[in-house]
Amino acid sequence: MTDVLQAIRAALPAATVELINNPGPGAQHSLLVSANDGRAVAKFLRDSLGFDFCSNVTGVDWLPRKVQETVSRKESVEGAGKEIPETVERDIPGFLEAVYHLYSISKKSGPLTMRMRTGDRAGDVTVPSLTPVWKSAEFQEREAYDLFGIRFEGHPDLRRILMWDGFADHPMRKDYAAPDDCEYEPTPHDETLARVKARQEAT
Amino acid sequence: MVDEELRSDLQKRGIFVASFEDLYNWGRKNSLWPLQFGLACCAIEMIATAAARFDMARFGAEVFRPSPRQADLMIIAGTVTKKMAPLVVRLYNQMPEPKYVIAMGACAISGGPFKEGYNVLKGMDRYIPVDVAIPGCPPRPEALLEGLIKLQKKIEGQRLFGSHRARHADAGDPAEYPVPAYGAHDLEPPLNPALFKPRPVRRDEA
Amino acid sequence: MSPDRTIDVSLGPQHPSTHGVFRMNVTLDGETVVKLRPIFGYLHRNHEKIAENNSWLASMPYTDRLDYICSLTNNWAYALAVEKLAGIEVTERAEYIRVIVGELTRVQNHASFLGFVLGDMGAWGTALMYAFREREKILDLFEALTGARMMCNYMRFGGCRCDLPTGWLDAARKLVEGFPAFLDEMEALLTGNEILLARLQGVAPLSAARAINGGMSGPGLRASGVDYDIRKVDGYGIYNRFHFRVPRGPAGDCYDRFMLRVLEARESLNILKQAISGIPDGPIINPKSKQRGFRPPVGEAYGRIEGPKGELGFYLISDGSGRPYRYRVRPPSLINLTLLEELCLGTKLADVMVILGSIDIVLGEVDR
Repeated sequence: MTDVLQAIRAALPAATVELINNPGPGAQHSLLVSANDGRAVAKFLRDSLGFDFCSNVTGVDWLPRKVQETVSRKESVEGAGKEIPETVERDIPGFLEAVYHLYSISKKSGPLTMRMRTGDRAGDVTVPSLTPVWKSAEFQEREAYDLFGIRFEGHPDLRRILMWDGFADHPMRKDYAAPDDCEYEPTPHDETLARVKARQEAT
Repeated sequence: MVDEELRSDLQKRGIFVASFEDLYNWGRKNSLWPLQFGLACCAIEMIATAAARFDMARFGAEVFRPSPRQADLMIIAGTVTKKMAPLVVRLYNQMPEPKYVIAMGACAISGGPFKEGYNVLKGMDRYIPVDVAIPGCPPRPEALLEGLIKLQKKIEGQRLFGSHRARHADAGDPAEYPVPAYGAHDLEPPLNPALFKPRPVRRDEA
Repeated sequence: MSPDRTIDVSLGPQHPSTHGVFRMNVTLDGETVVKLRPIFGYLHRNHEKIAENNSWLASMPYTDRLDYICSLTNNWAYALAVEKLAGIEVTERAEYIRVIVGELTRVQNHASFLGFVLGDMGAWGTALMYAFREREKILDLFEALTGARMMCNYMRFGGCRCDLPTGWLDAARKLVEGFPAFLDEMEALLTGNEILLARLQGVAPLSAARAINGGMSGPGLRASGVDYDIRKVDGYGIYNRFHFRVPRGPAGDCYDRFMLRVLEARESLNILKQAISGIPDGPIINPKSKQRGFRPPVGEAYGRIEGPKGELGFYLISDGSGRPYRYRVRPPSLINLTLLEELCLGTKLADVMVILGSIDIVLGEVDR
């Protein structure tokens, strides 16, 4: 992964690319590419590094969350400098993410995970489409648009693919509320039972 | 209706007696033509039922018609999604009377394992009348044959005249049902209130 | 008819040859296809959304229903992805069992494919009856092992659910010995058949470069001459212990895609013979791996296998809780259809069904 990163930095020095560490035993680290440089980095990966097969394209919805980090604060205690660990809470705003898994069929290597993030989850949801680079991304980017609301700029035919055209929501988002149609439940239990009872008491 | 004792007595002498209704129902039940309409996994079990080992042809239902205009049985085999539901209703409307519906599998009956889905219709009986429901996920081919035999028994007992006559003999009964439209968040209407009357839930609090 | 004398035809979703609820809007100039727009979503069952509310183990029966003809390979792909995510090792006997049931699944998928593609060409029912006769024998084995014919729900994280019953291996061995006779019978009737050759040869050739760029995987990719089989490339499971060849096609037309699956079925029988004779004794599940209450560490993983339809992958993101944060299925059938319009342009309407049949899709996987 690091040699890929170095090759990208050497070829496209102006591009913003960073390595995202993947904790856990999987150790499949990914490259976070800024939206402006997405298309150029993708072309470089395909043409120069031989990543000719875009296997998987998907979206991920990251809600705004708070992250606790331990930072050490230098303080002067009784004359001597000391490092005191302090837990600081940081607000990470929400965003949508388009994740690409790339393989090289010619070199039989992979996967290389590439990510692009949108600005936020409301108005700034555009990333460049990589369909002109790998045609296999075409339907999958349409699906990410349909289910998450990520707009892919430069996609030849960006419209809904799984839901019908008049559908207004983006169902895979974490804050999507499905329509309440539990009029009849053969074996309701827990919260479904409560919902059905409330509905039947209301009518 | 023919008196059973008289019927068996005459049969022993080689005379076969039947009422018009019995003859009509016998012809219909033994030559049901299903619509070739597989939606999901249950469709594979339906094909397996029509294949050599389980052989639906023994029961007269061998001829699967691709066109609804020529079919009289719709086996809803698989999950009906909200995107597919208007098309299922339209296909049902295109079938000529008398027509029957078998809901095969948990998904066609009530949404099945996918019931929580935002795009899953929680049971096809929300929009069209269902005659026989076969539970299972997927129901074995033997279960589908049992459901078919149950439908045949139902057809056998259908009357053409009188107050309890069959749906298709009743001029007042609709042969076609309204097709739902795609709304912004759900189908409109989400169910057909004239058809789908859910029983009130009665669960004793533990 | 529009002013330029083309006709728009909507094929499906209720159609005898669309392999399920698949719809295509085809624009025809006479009989020639000038435009084809596929429409998906008629079987979109929200598998990914439901999985976010399920525990990790509870999603296993849902994976059966993705490619519903090949439930055991779907189970395997999911179990493999979770094992990659959490770093779980699989026991040796379980790996052998996985190979045996995985290759049996591939064999019955390719046999059913023969039946379906012949149906698409108009030989409705005949080849399907033969194919399903053989498929029933394999389903008997699955039922004896897992309890279900189709929705097996058999793999677990770190192994398999239960061990082989007594006599199962002998029954499997007998089936594997008898299966080439069925393939020989089908080949004698089909391979040199004039009508089949006229309808399949030269129809929709696909070059290797277009196949790779268009995301084609599995038999469709190898029929275009690309030497890429994930069993050899990734070497997942214990596939590198078995000796098997990877057939490749010259032109990537429908005939190559058809013949390649027949050859692959024969290679699968080869692997089966080796696996059945080499299976060791031992535990069938890693005793350290938890099934219920399973919480993999925070992180993500993409795990894939060579499924009978192509590359079946699972992309899983874990946030440390007992439920996936993101559960994504990489559906080979949907991505193989990316090139459908390109392949069908310029062909006749009857060829469209044959091309769709040769790509071999299952709607449960396309729409999830």
